Amino acid sequence: MDRIYEKLAAIVGKEFISNAPEERYLYARDQGVQQASAPDYVVMPDSTEEVRQIVLLANEERIPVVPMGGALVLSGLTIPLRGGIVLDMKRMNRILEVNEASHYVVVEAGASHGMLQAYLKKHHPAVKHSVPDAPPVATVGGNMAIHGSGHLSQSEGGFHSEMVTGLEVVLGTGEVLKLGSCSTVPKWFSRAPLPDLAGLFLGWNGTTGVITKIGMKLFPSPKLKDVMMFMTEDIDSVTDILFRVIGTEMAEDIAFFVSPMPAYFDGFQLLMVSVVANSEKEMRMRKELIRDSVQSYLDDKEAGFLPLPPHMKVKLVEAPQKNLSEFADVMKGGGFEYVGAIMPVEAIPEAYRAGLKITEKYNITYSMGARVVGRGHSVMFYYAYPFNRADKENMGTVAKALEETNEAALEMGGIPWKTEVSGQQLILERMEPGTYHLMTQIRKLLDPNGIMNPGNWEVRS
Amino acid sequence: MKQEYADIVHRCFRCGWCKLPTNYVDFNCPAYLKYRFETFASGGRMWLIRAWLDGDIETSERLGQILFSCVTCKNCVEACALPKIKDSLVDIFIAAREDLVEKGAVPPAVRDYLKAMSISGNPYKKPRDERSDWAKGLDLPEFTDQEYLFYVGDVGSYDELGMKMAREVGKLLRDTGLSIGILGSAEVSDGNDVKTLGEAGLASHLMQENIRVLRERGVRKIITLSPHGYNAMKNDYPSLGGRFEVYHYTQVLGLMVNDRVPKGTLDVKVTFHDPCYLGRWNREYWGPRFLLGSVPGVRLVEMDRNMQNALCCGGGGGNFYTDILGTGADSASQVRAREALDTGADILAVACPICHKMLDDAVKAEGLEGAIRVMDVAGVVNLSRG
Ligand SMILES: Cc1cc2nc3c(=O)[nH]c(=O)nc-3n(C[C@H](O)[C@H](O)[C@H](O)COP(=O)(O)OP(=O)(O)OC[C@H]3O[C@@H](n4cnc5c(N)ncnc54)[C@H](O)[C@@H]3O)c2cc1C
Ligand code: SF4
Ligand code: SF4
Repeated sequence: MDRIYEKLAAIVGKEFISNAPEERYLYARDQGVQQASAPDYVVMPDSTEEVRQIVLLANEERIPVVPMGGALVLSGLTIPLRGGIVLDMKRMNRILEVNEASHYVVVEAGASHGMLQAYLKKHHPAVKHSVPDAPPVATVGGNMAIHGSGHLSQSEGGFHSEMVTGLEVVLGTGEVLKLGSCSTVPKWFSRAPLPDLAGLFLGWNGTTGVITKIGMKLFPSPKLKDVMMFMTEDIDSVTDILFRVIGTEMAEDIAFFVSPMPAYFDGFQLLMVSVVANSEKEMRMRKELIRDSVQSYLDDKEAGFLPLPPHMKVKLVEAPQKNLSEFADVMKGGGFEYVGAIMPVEAIPEAYRAGLKITEKYNITYSMGARVVGRGHSVMFYYAYPFNRADKENMGTVAKALEETNEAALEMGGIPWKTEVSGQQLILERMEPGTYHLMTQIRKLLDPNGIMNPGNWEVRS
Repeated sequence: MKQEYADIVHRCFRCGWCKLPTNYVDFNCPAYLKYRFETFASGGRMWLIRAWLDGDIETSERLGQILFSCVTCKNCVEACALPKIKDSLVDIFIAAREDLVEKGAVPPAVRDYLKAMSISGNPYKKPRDERSDWAKGLDLPEFTDQEYLFYVGDVGSYDELGMKMAREVGKLLRDTGLSIGILGSAEVSDGNDVKTLGEAGLASHLMQENIRVLRERGVRKIITLSPHGYNAMKNDYPSLGGRFEVYHYTQVLGLMVNDRVPKGTLDVKVTFHDPCYLGRWNREYWGPRFLLGSVPGVRLVEMDRNMQNALCCGGGGGNFYTDILGTGADSASQVRAREALDTGADILAVACPICHKMLDDAVKAEGLEGAIRVMDVAGVVNLSRG
């Protein structure tokens, strides 16, 4: 029997490790168009101590370790490029502490956004966290490891990684560390005033260590929710419209999207503005101020608010939005992948035009849009291309379109987010050498044997 | 596998909405909850079936375990993100099992169950004439020309708890004054779980045999003990020529028992566990609740996962007989027992003999005997009658 298998089984228990062809097949691939690559083992730890022992063993044996949460990133970041261990973190999903007064929650990294949301709704209805539109089984740890964003990113402070108040991590050496206030006092309320080390694990795609616990900001949860849909035909006015709506400080979430389907939406830019309030009076006031901010567009009949039927509103006020997952069935083929480029807000018109050009060139359909992150500090502009999983040629075409989109995004001054290895290469090619040098030095320090998700954030030799 | 299924397996996005109920409170796919590998979730199963059909993975013991651990609870159907494929998910899983059965590549426990069903006509390998034992002393007439047939099925006929439940329901039906009769040892297995375990031929044979007996006796209206039998008779029998008016006992009693049976007051908190084959399979959520609500003093409290979000007891899809999910803290039945306890209920009410046994065992395994009691809905009503 395989020696490593036995050792891993001794750590997590035989029922939580597999090297069977079925698990190796499935954990070798994700939902996007990236190449499959099989792990040698899939292991599911239940505690920080088990993670520590697994990483220690992997370090000793020089086996790659790829942390995995919901595996919903779509861009192959949980595919074990060099085999080794996929560390499925979803058994570590406990909610450890909710501090309403100081507005934070501490969870294990494998806790899903959906379960956390349900837990808060039941036990702490006065507070909520920012929910990405990923399917609800997406984990808090996975989302942090890639700088996710969600429905409170506009109103409450930006990327989810900016909402982190503390971390517990296991380094590639097996060392366990706490970062943020929890490193010094027993509470997880803040990263300041200490030197900020949490950033060494946020946006690194699991290449610096395994996040095992996370402290995260909570926000007030007003009772009423509504949504307004604004429509214009002029892409060049979108930046200004966003500026005005953001300026009211009355909206929770602001997203812009375009889609050729359904056909009656083709050519229109739609702005979805979510509004929350504690009373009907407040709701009316907020909506009125938002409306006032774009009144001149209404007067000029250049744009207007769409009346939304109640059944549509019910869907649109939900976080996460299920209809984004539905997009995977557009080609009747169970798949889509997207370039999500973090961009300056003013790049939207150019980004949109570039997307149209690429999709025309490759003759593929699309959904494009952007979520405002921060009070207009940037947007996450997405180019989502659906494909038919049963059609290899179609998947190849989409892969090419994604690559070209990555390049276009960088040309426009944006940076592809959670991007696949080829996109990471494009970024690293443009990165200041000193910055990349520091990245490699940090990795050497935290993971001297290069076992953590190898192949990511590395210049190809 | 039928072409219509083979044509859509690749459309699963593996997005995992199906692992959770629609209110997200916890993993709600019993197979995934227990095993935790992506392969055991609905999406993983879809991808593996496709890989298997394409020859990318081989038939194996592990594949058998993965396919047969599905309890056909339809949480995935309820929660799936893709409207165009969701309704076919469980049909596809059953079709894949059929392929494994055809190849003779099923787990030993499945093989044993199917063998017992084909040789003895029941999973307990018991003689047919013991089928009527549950009714001894109840004074229920054999079916001749009564309005309703009370059909109890395999678990109600042979399992100790099932028989107890059949007696409670039989008693209540009798005292409600309904015109009912039973078939006793002439009953034939309803075939529901044989079908979900992938032995389509044997299932069809059992169903046709049952239809023959029912027709011969002139049965027109049926009240079933088990939601499993109810499901087969309601949804499968018509296409085999068996058209009957079929009710689950909670549907009939839920409407009638109120004014027909005098009841005393019970000072109890009750939580109700929705059986998948009554709930998600047949959209009946209110009958059992009406029936419980008819008892003075019963305070109904809901678990976080109720109605379309209910967590299966783990006994569906033949798992009651094959036990592929097994026991342990993450088994659906034990999780469900703890969830029921969390409501503060004194009684965990059930409406299916399989749920009854699964949850009763789980309460014992969790050491909760003194804290919560599993009773079927009719049993609760009877308790109030003294
Ligand atoms: C329909 C759809 C909509 C989406 N919408 C959004 C959105 O609105 N906002 C958004 O932010 N994202 C969105 N996403 C992208 C992605 O699904 C999410 O960001 C998701 O939260 C990622 O979490 P995960 O648990 O699936 O991570 P995974 O995919 O499992 O992992 C992502 C990366 O993090 C690493 N990782 C995972 N866990 C750990 C850990 N514990 N420690 C260290 N590294 C770890 C992995 O190695 C990998 O590199 C969407 C995806 C889909 C399919
Ligand atoms: S079955 Fe539906 S919800 Fe589940 S993974 Fe597949 S597409 Fe997603
Ligand atoms: S039917 Fe139930 S057990 Fe089977 S895959 Fe769906 S949710 Fe899981």
